[in-house]
Amino acid sequence: MIKPLAYNIVSPLGFSAPDNYAAVRRGESGVIPWQDPAGTPIVLSRLDREKLQDAFERQCKPSMEYTVPEQAMLLSASLAVAEAGIDPASARTGFVLSSTKGNIELLAIPDHGFGRERIHLWHTAGLLTACFNNQNLPLTVTNACISGAAAQIAALKMLENGLYDHVVVTGVDMASDFIVAGFQSFKSLDPERCRPFDARRKGLNIGEAAATIVFGKADGKGISLIRGNVRNDANHISGPSRTGEGLFRAISRTLEELSPDDIAFISAHGTATPFNDQMEAIAFARAGLDHTPVFSLKAHFGHTMGAAGILESIIAFMALEEGIVLPSMGYEVDGIEGALHVSTATVQSSKKYIVKTLSGFGGCNAALLYQKHS
Amino acid sequence: MKKIIAYSRITDTLVILNGKPCEITFSCEIGPGRLAEIYRFLEVNYPKFFKMDNFSKAGFLASEMVLRSLHYDMESPDESTSVVFANRSSSLDNDKRFQETISRDDYFPSPAVFVYTLPNIVTGEVAIRNKIMGETSFFILESFDAEKMMIFADWAFSSAGTRRVLCGWTEYLDGHSDLLVMMVEKESDKGFDFNKQNINNIYRT
Repeated sequence: MIKPLAYNIVSPLGFSAPDNYAAVRRGESGVIPWQDPAGTPIVLSRLDREKLQDAFERQCKPSMEYTVPEQAMLLSASLAVAEAGIDPASARTGFVLSSTKGNIELLAIPDHGFGRERIHLWHTAGLLTACFNNQNLPLTVTNACISGAAAQIAALKMLENGLYDHVVVTGVDMASDFIVAGFQSFKSLDPERCRPFDARRKGLNIGEAAATIVFGKADGKGISLIRGNVRNDANHISGPSRTGEGLFRAISRTLEELSPDDIAFISAHGTATPFNDQMEAIAFARAGLDHTPVFSLKAHFGHTMGAAGILESIIAFMALEEGIVLPSMGYEVDGIEGALHVSTATVQSSKKYIVKTLSGFGGCNAALLYQKHS
Repeated sequence: MKKIIAYSRITDTLVILNGKPCEITFSCEIGPGRLAEIYRFLEVNYPKFFKMDNFSKAGFLASEMVLRSLHYDMESPDESTSVVFANRSSSLDNDKRFQETISRDDYFPSPAVFVYTLPNIVTGEVAIRNKIMGETSFFILESFDAEKMMIFADWAFSSAGTRRVLCGWTEYLDGHSDLLVMMVEKESDKGFDFNKQNINNIYRT
């Protein structure tokens, strides 16, 4: 068991976790009109570059030039580390980066002047440790859309095995032309704000964010990350399993002996693509969670890719801490075959456990179990 | 004690299975053509191979060699095996290819190319081929690190029900291959110890 000591979210809804949480509680969304590289109108949750740079320069006082994803990553990590009050330079502090594409935007700029190695994820992770004068080798987790969950599981193992006393887990991804063009080619973008689990859902919105959790060993107080598991569908590299096989197995391994009655809610992946949301419903029902309230945060933040698992875990455990279940924004008309309890209003809950799930390309699925101690 | 019960190594010049070099005579220059030659040499019959990007092809072949040498049951769904790979360059080899399809003058992004712009797709390909439903993970490190390989395998073993981990280093960039894939078993009376020295020894061959 490990414990979030401090956490941060840098998104269009704010540059702190409380600001983001408050925006979610007010039903706000960072999704705005934009266009894809071919000029076709789309919507996405986009970070304002000027605001990001201002906040980054104020917080980090950089002595060199940083790319946009690096700025978001370093701003988020610096704010969380400062709040945690740990020694980030200590040999007992480890760093984990969660990202799918990092600095991929540099591929489009032949003379970017940042050097050949800047495109590599290990280099991005190296900037993270360098920012804190930390000498440890950072780890990068890149497991498609479940990266943020896999990174938290890595932190759990690092702390449980005594490798470190504190682990800083930071996720970041941007809506580069590369990613927008790719999802557009898959025809998986909704031209309007996404509607997870709704009958009219057409696809996802891409979202930009960085998010950080500083973990330490659990002390039986506050919130703990109990365990998490990853399982594969062994079915298709880009299509969800029709039986929700991998997600069902990941959830079952993670719930263990817990009863569905113990679970306050599931913070689902809920990308709002027709197949993903249906697959999740099947997996939840197979795991006995068809009466457990479910919500997706994608209509607030878009799909923030490498940051999603971290960002959405933070919002979810803040709701657990407050003792509420959040409504699933964008959901009005039931669009799922079979039983699924999509949350439609903010309701109180005194239950102590929540489940966070994610699924991604490559057939991977993850489930995390968080607990609130009284 | 954890044991390496089978392993493969693919470099620009060598293809090795369980310590024995394969007697394969390459007719092409170093590059993607060699992956097709390895495929034919191994007599794999898996048409999906030709849809994969070169990085996935390389990881798939290295895994296929190991699993076939173990007569791995590819037909039964298996949650007790996990696939954990790492490399230096992520999917950059194929990322460059996708970038070419979205240049301003010639914008035609292909979903078939885009899907391979994630490094963990290769773990999915191996899982699909062998009905492996255990954990699949992908990590990035600046360079090969035997100790980290052991740590990643340990993490996978700590997930309930995991008995075997197919782990390795799967680096492929600009036509150059550097792969080591090992099947590690938790409690085995065959194979050799899964330790830093042995991993480094087989990596350096």
